Amino acid sequence: MFFLIFKRFVLGLITLFIVSLITFIGVEILPGDACTSYLEREAFGEALAACIKRLGLDVPAHERYISWAYNVIQGDFGYSLSGQMQINEVLGPRIKNSLVLASAAIIIGIPLALILGIITALWRDKMPDIIISTVAIFSMTIPEFISATLLILIVAIWLEWLPGIVIVPTDVTFFELLPNIILPVIAIAMIMTAHMARMVRSSVIQVMASDYIQMAILKGVPYWKMVFKHVLPNALLPAINVVALTIAWLLGGVVVTEVVFNYPGLGRLVIESISNRDLPVVQALGIILASIYVSINFIADLLTLMLNPRLKTLQTRK
Amino acid sequence: MNTNIQEIKDLCIGFKSQKGEQISILRNITTNIRKGETVGIVGESGSGKSTLALAMMGYIKHGLFTTGGECLFKSKDLLSLNNKELEDIRGRKIAMIPQNAGQALTPNLKIGYQIEEALKLHTDFNKVEREKKISELLNQVRLPSPSIMALRYPHELSGGQQQRVAVAMALAGNPELLLLDEPTTGLDVTTQAHVLELLKDIAKETGTSMVYVSHDLGAIAQVCDRVIVMYAGEIVLEGPVRKILKEPIHPYTYGLLKSIPKLSLSGLPDSMPGSQPQPGNIGSGCSFYDRCNFSSDECKVKVPELEYLSDIDTSVRCFNHSELISKTSEQKITNDLKNKITIDEILDLKDVSISYAKQGIIDQFLNKVTDTNPTVKDINININKGETIALVGESGSGKSTILKSIAGLLKTKDGYIKFDKEKLLSGDLKKRNSEDLRSIQLIFQNPDESLNPNHTVEQILSQPLKLYFGLTGSKLKTSIAELLEKVRLGAFYMSRYPRQLSGGEKQRIAVARAFAARPDIILCDEVTSALDVSVQAAVLDLLQKLKEELGTTYVFVSHDLAVVKAISDRVAVLYQGRLCEIGPSKDVYQFPSHPYTEVLIGAVLEPDPDIRPKLVAEDIVEEKPPEIGCSFQGRCPRIIGDKCRNETPPWQIGDNGNAIRCHINIEELKIQQS
Ligand SMILES: Nc1ncnc2c1ncn2[C@@H]1O[C@H](COP(=O)(O)OP(=O)(O)OP(=O)(O)O)[C@@H](O)[C@H]1O
Ligand code: SF4
Ligand code: SF4
Ligand SMILES: [Mg+2]
Repeated sequence: MFFLIFKRFVLGLITLFIVSLITFIGVEILPGDACTSYLEREAFGEALAACIKRLGLDVPAHERYISWAYNVIQGDFGYSLSGQMQINEVLGPRIKNSLVLASAAIIIGIPLALILGIITALWRDKMPDIIISTVAIFSMTIPEFISATLLILIVAIWLEWLPGIVIVPTDVTFFELLPNIILPVIAIAMIMTAHMARMVRSSVIQVMASDYIQMAILKGVPYWKMVFKHVLPNALLPAINVVALTIAWLLGGVVVTEVVFNYPGLGRLVIESISNRDLPVVQALGIILASIYVSINFIADLLTLMLNPRLKTLQTRK
Repeated sequence: MNTNIQEIKDLCIGFKSQKGEQISILRNITTNIRKGETVGIVGESGSGKSTLALAMMGYIKHGLFTTGGECLFKSKDLLSLNNKELEDIRGRKIAMIPQNAGQALTPNLKIGYQIEEALKLHTDFNKVEREKKISELLNQVRLPSPSIMALRYPHELSGGQQQRVAVAMALAGNPELLLLDEPTTGLDVTTQAHVLELLKDIAKETGTSMVYVSHDLGAIAQVCDRVIVMYAGEIVLEGPVRKILKEPIHPYTYGLLKSIPKLSLSGLPDSMPGSQPQPGNIGSGCSFYDRCNFSSDECKVKVPELEYLSDIDTSVRCFNHSELISKTSEQKITNDLKNKITIDEILDLKDVSISYAKQGIIDQFLNKVTDTNPTVKDINININKGETIALVGESGSGKSTILKSIAGLLKTKDGYIKFDKEKLLSGDLKKRNSEDLRSIQLIFQNPDESLNPNHTVEQILSQPLKLYFGLTGSKLKTSIAELLEKVRLGAFYMSRYPRQLSGGEKQRIAVARAFAARPDIILCDEVTSALDVSVQAAVLDLLQKLKEELGTTYVFVSHDLAVVKAISDRVAVLYQGRLCEIGPSKDVYQFPSHPYTEVLIGAVLEPDPDIRPKLVAEDIVEEKPPEIGCSFQGRCPRIIGDKCRNETPPWQIGDNGNAIRCHINIEELKIQQS
């Protein structure tokens, strides 16, 4: 088991390494370099030379990669072009904002998804299921820019209950941010909950139809005890990975929602830095998003390993 | 005093079809289960056995509902009780042992917990007493070291052990009635024999009434006092086990018994034409009319009633049962094999070893073989043209592995496979030329998985014809029609999809597909295991007729020793991927010399209550073959100490042309066994 975990860990590191290489090479083979694409028409003479000097573009590519990677490992992503500030300073507040948005969505969405999924499965084909499932399918099929826009239209413009778009500086404090995130969170949670609830529902139904549940019923196990002891642990195990992917998706920036609400998170930063041709930031974002995916999946694997008795052997239990 | 523990009166269960019609799957079931008695329910797949057994616990599956009748347990109608009242009865008064214990134990809960749960629900024991009782129960079902077992998860037990745990769990509540749904199906022969023995002992010790549901008349013969035979949702025959199995007076039971291959008879069993009607498709007369050899005009229009014959304590649903009484004493099978075996060797397996162990990247790079204990080792078999050779052994003995490597789906680690005396067969499918591929065809166990559900029969059969012979147009059509005729199906089947075929028909299509390539060798991997006995007999018959006509060579893999006896000329017995014995089937079956062959053949259940299996070895399951010594040392009842543990046994040739691998002299073995 230890070996397995170690293997996954090493695989994760290798993935990150490959991602970093790909982003680096990608940026490298773009026509022109960071300076020409940033300075555009002013890319000549002194300005260009100064820029090249500052970014160290005069050394060969592999040396640049090594020193870049070395700095990244130390937590230093170098300088952004547009703001002329340290990338860390650019990223910090954005990560925090994305985290706030994601956590809020997770705290609301995941328990809700579990509860709804279980209810729909246990009352399969009855009224609660029919109603909840219809709503879920509805919110799954409407694209998020439409549901987000509708939310703004109804809640912010017609009812004027909440601010429609977020117009705050990037580095606001947590409490100032709070009222601003309500609408984005609702928009995200709707889709996420719907997806996950459907997943949980089919997983629970599948377990309910299994031989061991029929056996538990025939053994005389009372209904709710059966649900909690025999059904849920087995039905929710496969859900862990889906939850992990959802969390990674949330943290990586929900681009569309952030853009619609003008929310200063990672997702919008991706768009901004691409349109500004701020290649160092794009590079940094690539590696950060990849790390988020890799580490969350790693945690999910760990959890599954720990919870699934099939993957445990007698020795490791003792 | 009422001696019946359960009384079922006129029970009907059905479902609503998509068109809204009501379709019944159990019709007018009336029967009683007496106290202390073991009753067997037999019937083909889909005859409603499980539905009936579940109804006996007041459980109706999602989608089904009762349309009439009652199911009285001690005069209380289970079908009218609410969930709360049922929870009180289930497990405590009536317990169930499921078909597949591996799937019927909750995977995330330890064995001990699951038994304790039953105890908590059904007894007033305190914690200490419960723990004591768990040990007792595990002991009662003969599981080794109960305290360790209790801490295990279901997946950490073998199939036989899981089944024992299920029995222990059912016994926890001290039930008065025990329902068993195919409790030994899917277990190895030896394991099956042991579990049945255990059930019999428990019935004797505790006096519990049992209802034993199975399609396997061999198992029924061993444990039951009385037998109920079901066909298409009805009871067609019911009576004492000896009467039913030895003098069946219903045409269906008569035919069924004749279609079972038996160790005591040679040659192929008689087959029964047709197949059981689907629910909703039952005509106005007797449900067996289409397949019956004894039918009269009356049968077509009138439904026979279940008639009780008091002189033989038997109920039968047939107008013409009296005609059978005289017939049942005949017992002869003359369908002996007429294989034309030539002296030409067609396939030669020399020192073949096969390993599933995955090589590490580095070893692969260095081309280094690391597995010193491969799954299959030292296989030497040569097969002559026209012969049927069978590979037998329990699950995990490497039968399918060997077939796969002949087919080119698995690489051999050592040794070689030669085809037609000189051609070396590559272990890599991609390296085989089209001629090699054509000559060797494979038929799989489960036609559902091997036939593409989106292709019509015509498309399925045209693939090999196009690929190997480049047939097109009308030539292709006639070839397909010929193939269908060969497997006794009409040309109108061409436009059908696999889902529109019955199990037996699907397997016929699979056979036709294999023959389409006009192969020299056909590899049959458990081809009849998924079929009902009556259908199995027909498929075996078909395979035999085809080979007699075309001279094809078969390599036939099956876990069913009686089937193997019926169809094979020679048999190779495997244990843990190592050969134990190889020789002419007649002799191997009559005088099994190797200790493992003896154990295996001894455990076969015959559909005759007077023939008991001989249990000579424990049914422990070994994960891996031993590194050195005899492969069978772990279970051998005749083991002679260190020699068996340390030295690979030599081949010995017996005087019947059989060869065995054992340290004990073959003559000596003969004396010991008699
Ligand atoms: N939920 C259901 N809805 C509709 N038909 C069903 C349902 N469950 C079972 N059936 C049908 O009822 C018939 C009897 O089923 P049952 O499971 O009792 O057969 P069985 O004799 O136990 O067969 P087997 O040997 O395969 O276990 C079958 O034709 C089956 O297709
Ligand atoms: S009633 Fe007629 S058709 Fe039915 S089993 Fe008897 S003889 Fe055959
Ligand atoms: S060699 Fe020894 S262990 Fe193996 S079968 Fe013969 S007696 Fe048994
Ligand atoms: Mg069944």
